[in-house]
Amino acid sequence: MTELAQKILAGNTRSIARAISHVENDREGREALIDELYPHCGKAIVWGITGPPGAGKSSLVDRLIERLRTRGKSVAVIAVDPSSPFTGGALLGDRLRMQKHAVDDGVFIRSMASRGHLGGLAGATADALRIFDAAGFDYILVETIGVGQTEIEIMGLSDIVLLVLVPGAGDEIQALKAGVMEIGDIFIINKRDLDGADKLRVQVEYVLGIKFAEQSDQMNPILMTSAINDEGVDDLMDSIGEYVERMKASGKLANRREQRLQDEIKTILSAKIFAAFHDFMQMNGEIDTLVQEIVHDKQKPYALINAKIDGFIKEMHTK
Amino acid sequence: MTAEKAGYEEFEKWESSILKKTLERFPEQKAEFTTGSWIPVERIYYPAEGEPQRYVEKLGFPGQYPFTRGVQPTMYRGRFWTMRQYAGFGTAEESNQRYKYLLGQGQTGLSVAFDLPTQIGYDSSDPVSEGEVGKVGVAIDTLKDMEILFDGIPLDKVSTSMTINAPAPVLLAFYIAVAEKQGVTRQQLRGTIQNDILKEYIARGTYIFPPGHSIRLITNIFEYCAQEVPNWNTISISGYHIREAGSSAVQEVAFTIADGIEYVKAALKAGLDIDDFAGQLSFFFNAYNDLFEEIAKFRAARRIWARIMRDKFHAKKDKSMMLRFHTQTGGSTLTAQQPDNNIARVTIQTLAAVLGGTQSLHTNSRDEALGLPTEGAVRIALRTQQIVAHESGVTNSIDPLAGSYFVEKLTDTIEEQVWNYLNKIEQMGGMVRAIEHGFIQKEIQDSAYKYQREIESGERVVVGVNKYTVREEGVKDILKVNPELRNIQMRKIEEIKRTRDNRAVEEKLLAIREGAGNENVNLMPAIIEAVREYATLGEICNVLRGVFGEYQESIVL
Amino acid sequence: MTEKIRILVAKPGLDGHDRGAKYVARALKDAGYEVIYTGIRQTPEAIVKTAIQEDVNFVGLSLLSGAHNELFPRIAELLRKEGADDVILFGGGVIPEDDIPFLKAKGIEAIFTPGTPIRKVIDFIEANKQRVSR
Repeated sequence: MTELAQKILAGNTRSIARAISHVENDREGREALIDELYPHCGKAIVWGITGPPGAGKSSLVDRLIERLRTRGKSVAVIAVDPSSPFTGGALLGDRLRMQKHAVDDGVFIRSMASRGHLGGLAGATADALRIFDAAGFDYILVETIGVGQTEIEIMGLSDIVLLVLVPGAGDEIQALKAGVMEIGDIFIINKRDLDGADKLRVQVEYVLGIKFAEQSDQMNPILMTSAINDEGVDDLMDSIGEYVERMKASGKLANRREQRLQDEIKTILSAKIFAAFHDFMQMNGEIDTLVQEIVHDKQKPYALINAKIDGFIKEMHTK
Repeated sequence: MTAEKAGYEEFEKWESSILKKTLERFPEQKAEFTTGSWIPVERIYYPAEGEPQRYVEKLGFPGQYPFTRGVQPTMYRGRFWTMRQYAGFGTAEESNQRYKYLLGQGQTGLSVAFDLPTQIGYDSSDPVSEGEVGKVGVAIDTLKDMEILFDGIPLDKVSTSMTINAPAPVLLAFYIAVAEKQGVTRQQLRGTIQNDILKEYIARGTYIFPPGHSIRLITNIFEYCAQEVPNWNTISISGYHIREAGSSAVQEVAFTIADGIEYVKAALKAGLDIDDFAGQLSFFFNAYNDLFEEIAKFRAARRIWARIMRDKFHAKKDKSMMLRFHTQTGGSTLTAQQPDNNIARVTIQTLAAVLGGTQSLHTNSRDEALGLPTEGAVRIALRTQQIVAHESGVTNSIDPLAGSYFVEKLTDTIEEQVWNYLNKIEQMGGMVRAIEHGFIQKEIQDSAYKYQREIESGERVVVGVNKYTVREEGVKDILKVNPELRNIQMRKIEEIKRTRDNRAVEEKLLAIREGAGNENVNLMPAIIEAVREYATLGEICNVLRGVFGEYQESIVL
Repeated sequence: MTEKIRILVAKPGLDGHDRGAKYVARALKDAGYEVIYTGIRQTPEAIVKTAIQEDVNFVGLSLLSGAHNELFPRIAELLRKEGADDVILFGGGVIPEDDIPFLKAKGIEAIFTPGTPIRKVIDFIEANKQRVSR
């Protein structure tokens, strides 16, 4: 086993941090490292926390960390923020609200920027989760803004998804992409002291009621909290605990994890195959030729493309 | 671009002939001109229709509603503004010397600067105080330090302003206890305590407790002083720091007044009668670069506050409706490069404050960007005020710029934009809500960013920094604070703890803890008793921390 | 995949003047870096722990209260103690010229005093980025 992997398993902070940078930057050795760590994964429970900007997610995560630490559990947090599509830079300020845990050795907070990698970020986050898992953290909290496809994929990495909403933002639920409401396990209305909190609750119940029209006894929990005032947090913790227990008992947790792995394997496979094919085509200047023939020479697109792929497969056979 | 078309054909004639010819040959320096805070500035201003009738309604007379022209009928013809230089550093002994120096040089009121540990309720011995003791102000740990600070300074003769917010009740208690030892009664005390926690959350950062509990302490001071210290300004509702954080002039006024509204509401909710406490509220503004904008800003602020107090809060007494304010020239306008230039900047800013009708003024020293002021530097700053007061003649007539088309239009525009903000904040549910949402912070940050970008691009000239630069020689004469200070203070604290009646201190701290848990209790009496026994600032604040908790920053970037 | 430069902008001690730090954080983001900003009132220990967890390449310290001679070296020392002295330290704020040699000797590689254009900070980062360890 490499020294880095050993140190990660021992919980060494610097090694964990360095390893996450390795996977974020897709450096050489990343795959081998994950292979080494993989057998040691599976213990950590992953909570995904998402919702629109201004919902108070980070403040809520801060409270959840407090509670978990009181119970003697170790917590890793991944806070994801968008990169600027223009400059490529990012301002990662989520951890500010959790910073009182900075010197607690039982808490590890890592800020990640989306870096414009649709789907790719989900890969880096999945690997970061494994690193934390292998390092022995009991809980891993992943926080993102729930407005895009990437964020939905990241939530797909979680065992349980907490969707945090806030009253007063107008047509709250319509504003969220449909996918986000779909993936929520527990719905939280934060800043519950604001006007419109009850109205929002009714809206959520309505939408969920439609979703569970047939199985109305399986509605997801809806909770009202005020993270700043530390209200409703204990109820939320209880609710999460019960929900996860139910998932474990019914096998839903195991199913979800397996499904996730399957999806991930398929994604990696397609990505690698495509990459190999792309390299092959690029090396022979084939893509440009192909485009020329189709666009300018008006040749038959599918026939040409299929021929190229056949050529690639034959080439692979001879290797 | 058009000026107000008031139906004056003459203007149109001038515009299309003489002006047009000149512009064709000599275009103006910029396509658009704005104030420092981006309010558009027209080429010329002239009277709108109906002007004379609206004079009484909008301007009136000094000392009379709506106080646009000033809060005293004779203003500086009766008495100059108080020349009150903010000062404090190191030990109480050193600061005491500086105060005596300044009073000797003609300063007319004291203004105490406390160090950061004191401002945040930590004793010098606390680990977080490492490196901070005595650096930005005087270190006060116990009543003993306060006694030394005012040694030889008669508190019945000198008015004192104390820049302290979160632990304001404790410092006020120290002051009252020192006065007692001098044989001065509370009724005789004159001065101000800043006591404005909302702006701490927005712009300054020396908060301790969460908003609700902090506001309770503030209203405790209002109530206590209404009875016991009637000549004391119980709060200095501040815009200075908001401006320093990068806000525009409009935002400075809007957010300050919104803070004021929040405090008034809290006091009314606590059962106080508006006319009992409102007369002891005061304000604190910045005097920034753009001369006319600043003058207009002060006039607008007075008019807005008067209207709010009369129409929203139904105050009956004139004193309740007057916006009285202290001003400080803008620290962030001063440069480390060619520091002597700062003297010129401060002079312009002094004029802005004086032509704007301030009640008291602090002028910054030339070495502002380098460190705390040396004696020589602070003397020049004081002289600047004295020269404006005695030599410039601007004090001879009240509100001399009234009737200037430009200044009146600016006053109206600023007022209008401030009302827009006030309405918006009201809709959000008040200032505390707006701060929780991060709305106020974001507005300020956007202004700050815009301003800085303009400097970086050269669009906004800062003489000596992005234009007219020279090869800098190092400034030699900078004030240094003794790094041994913390140890000195720690020994003092140990000594106090050895000689005081520790059982009595325990008792008094317990009384504070019990009182803190009951929101109907006014904590001032219990705090005064504790300080008399030489409980430390940190001990008292830690008791309160235990009951109130601590505030957690959650800004928006 | 491109490697990103990660920078921690931090305010040690009790000083609450964050206008400059916020401006620098935002400007560095506009320059294409990943910037972590942790707010005011950070202890040296919290800053160092954060720098390590976030595996940053640079740490920028902002301080206007005069406590720089005590706090900046403390942070440099803690980074060394934690085996993270490959992190490049710089600072800014109200820092007299006279104190700069002392701070540099203690491991703070650059000090940007009031009025310095942000361009200088970016140039410093660009000039030193190939030194970052991976």
